[in-house]
Amino acid sequence: MKTSLIALAALFVALAGSAAQADPPFDPKDPKMAPYISGDKRSGYTFAEPETRAMQDDEFLNPASLWVEKGEALWTKPDGKANRSCSSCHGKAEDNMKGVGSVYPKYDIHAGTVINLEQRINMCREKHMAATPWKYESEPLLAMTTFVKMQSRGMPVQVQIDGPAVSYFENGRRFYYERRGMNDLACKHCHEDNWGNHVRTELLSQGMTNGFPTYRLKWQKLGSLHRRLAGCNEEIRAEPYPLGSREYVDLELYLAWRAQGLQVETPSVRK
Amino acid sequence: MPTPKVKFNETAAKGEILEIKTMIDHDMESGQRKDKDGKLIPRKIVNKFICTLNGKELFHAEMHGAVSANPATNFFITATESGTMEFKWFDDDGSVYAISRQLTVN
Repeated sequence: MKTSLIALAALFVALAGSAAQADPPFDPKDPKMAPYISGDKRSGYTFAEPETRAMQDDEFLNPASLWVEKGEALWTKPDGKANRSCSSCHGKAEDNMKGVGSVYPKYDIHAGTVINLEQRINMCREKHMAATPWKYESEPLLAMTTFVKMQSRGMPVQVQIDGPAVSYFENGRRFYYERRGMNDLACKHCHEDNWGNHVRTELLSQGMTNGFPTYRLKWQKLGSLHRRLAGCNEEIRAEPYPLGSREYVDLELYLAWRAQGLQVETPSVRK
Repeated sequence: MPTPKVKFNETAAKGEILEIKTMIDHDMESGQRKDKDGKLIPRKIVNKFICTLNGKELFHAEMHGAVSANPATNFFITATESGTMEFKWFDDDGSVYAISRQLTVN
């Protein structure tokens, strides 16, 4: 097994080496990079091309701003049988949603399980607004998740992994280190052992989740972390789990713990 | 319904160079992709963008199939006169998305 993996790695190196790939410039001492580094953790921002970083930094030109605006409009729009909006209970998002996005996924007493921000929003819709929950990856859910999480921009990711969250966290950790799919790879093979190296022309990042939901140029739209995870699974030729599934929420919790200390960057722009 | 947005300094000194930033949320369906049944999804893009000041054209751009979704068009103008700036995006299906702003030049 080990030799075949080395052979595979050698193949990747040979392919990447011949392309004389120039990495995006990254200087750890650059003060502009400081907000995107925490200890030895590096946000995906530091692996992105300068043009992509510039797109993220410009509040107007960041294409995710289109979803932020939609989310902002939905925040005050009454919906459901209760004819309430998010703002009926929570008031101004700028004040009251600060620090909310940075602590999810989180154990919720009412749900009796660990839920992520998308599920929390839908829980609110069902319980307090008597509205139908939004479909995972639907435009309004993406817009609202981004709008809420953006209020924590600049705050460090901080998730609770003890107490009732322990077993969910352990599930997520197991998922991360478990080989899967036809390529027989685990998350860790790319994002722990080989970040900074290339898979063909792709520069592998540490797989930090602090920028999600993210505008991905490949998708030409905003997308959730779960969509990215499903994409990762497909790339290693594994069967992806449904978006919003137990497996992905647990993994999201584990990944948030790995990104702990990095600042929430939502909405980020990535290739 | 795509909603365009525009940003620039709406009050400027005469002769000042202004950067105009625009963006519209649009899928820019290229006409190259296929749906689940293998049928081509018809092309539907914004094919033209025009900016006018008091009816006179300041800037125009023609767009084709390879332009990304949510196209951003940035350009520079020299502030010469006050008036109404109109921004128009023309869709393949005939719709026109428009937005206008007042420019004041002192």
